[in-house]
Amino acid sequence: MPLSSPDKVSLFAEGAVSTARLIAYLTLAMIVMVIDHRGNYLEHMRTLAGTLIEPVYRIAALPSDVARAGRLAVATQTQLVDENRDLREALLLAQVRLNRMSALTAQNDRLKKLLDVQNELGLGVQLARLIDIDLDPFRHRIVLDAGSAQMIKVGQPVLDAFGIMGQIVEVLPHTSVALLITDPTHAIPVTVTRTGLRTIAYGTGAIDRLQLPNIPISADIKVGDELVTSGLGGRFPAGFPVGEIIEVSNDESGMFAAAMAKPAAALDRSGEVLLLQDLPQAMGPPAPTEPGKEQPDSSATSLPSGAH
Amino acid sequence: MNRRRVQMLIFVGSIVLAFLLQLTPLPQALLPLKPYWIALVLIYWSIETPERVGLGFAFVIGLCGDLLTGQLLGEQALRLIVLIFIVLRFRSRLRFFPVSQQALAVFALLLNDRIVVIMVRGFSGDPIPSIGFWVSPVIGMLAWPFVFLLLDDMRARIRARET
Repeated sequence: MPLSSPDKVSLFAEGAVSTARLIAYLTLAMIVMVIDHRGNYLEHMRTLAGTLIEPVYRIAALPSDVARAGRLAVATQTQLVDENRDLREALLLAQVRLNRMSALTAQNDRLKKLLDVQNELGLGVQLARLIDIDLDPFRHRIVLDAGSAQMIKVGQPVLDAFGIMGQIVEVLPHTSVALLITDPTHAIPVTVTRTGLRTIAYGTGAIDRLQLPNIPISADIKVGDELVTSGLGGRFPAGFPVGEIIEVSNDESGMFAAAMAKPAAALDRSGEVLLLQDLPQAMGPPAPTEPGKEQPDSSATSLPSGAH
Repeated sequence: MNRRRVQMLIFVGSIVLAFLLQLTPLPQALLPLKPYWIALVLIYWSIETPERVGLGFAFVIGLCGDLLTGQLLGEQALRLIVLIFIVLRFRSRLRFFPVSQQALAVFALLLNDRIVVIMVRGFSGDPIPSIGFWVSPVIGMLAWPFVFLLLDDMRARIRARET
């Protein structure tokens, strides 16, 4: 049927479409884009269409799931033995650290009681698996298999065993989308552990690079420095590893230093991720109505001198 | 009308498959190489059966794509409208090109598509993507003969079986 339709138009005719229709549809598309850009209706639509979208995601992830299962099935004995040994060593190390930690925790509890500090740093975590699909190669977003049915909320930090991976930006009924810290639109407040210098790490669009522009030129920062979350902004809890400085240089204007960092988390390898459940108390900018709240903090910082 | 149903099945199946391929993961290094499968399949169908694939159809498919990838709603719709408009405009010539020449035309179309993407993202305030962004049209061009021959062959077989 398709080929039998007689094509009477000449080779250089305008063809079947008119420019008027093109303009009409282009305008329509632009209106949709502007409305969506202003009001983020796409997210609502996606939530509504979640039951349709999620199965597509699962199907798209099937080949890689099968490949992974296949690789596991044909893994050789020696590989498994090696992996097993590595894991056992890692567990042993973790146990040792944990034992030391429990002593520290007890000490910490005692000190906190002395100081009468109420705010706990309790960590509720939740495990989620990655659904292995690619939404757009130039935006670093991952899809997780937990959604609003598992009480996931927008803004929850996503971690792996090595550090911060990103944060949840969109929640569907049974899946959620997380933005990685390396996405060009992502920024995360960090502290250099060695010096306490606070700055912000921006994503670059490369999976193994973070960018720290606008560091004061006099600041003490060098290759090998570790970055942890500073907790400012209240989105990420303080003290989680973010990355390591691998390069320090001057920026183009020569007024600031600019550094590059390598993310601590295995952003392109993690299969399982942790979602922090209850956001810790916001440590960022205090509510504008209570500027006098600084006092208890300063008494907390006087702890080291009292501990002598 | 069994044959018609099978034709329809191929049509719908190819588009669904294109969506799935678009979502399929690849190793990090290969990610920029992924061609715009939906565009390739739509180009084929708009060349072969323009009465099915019009601007409205491209718009709807684009919205579906946006719904799946969760970017700006309307971005892919705009891209596909531009693409399909150009294909339909030059359809009577594209049809009779040999496959190699068609592949070149597809390359130009996909390159144009990338420019449209840059424009849209520029307006919505996204940073300009890295150099790997421009590799995908080349891969699209290389993939075109396979898409074309595969779909053409399937349709020819059905036609042959019917007669």
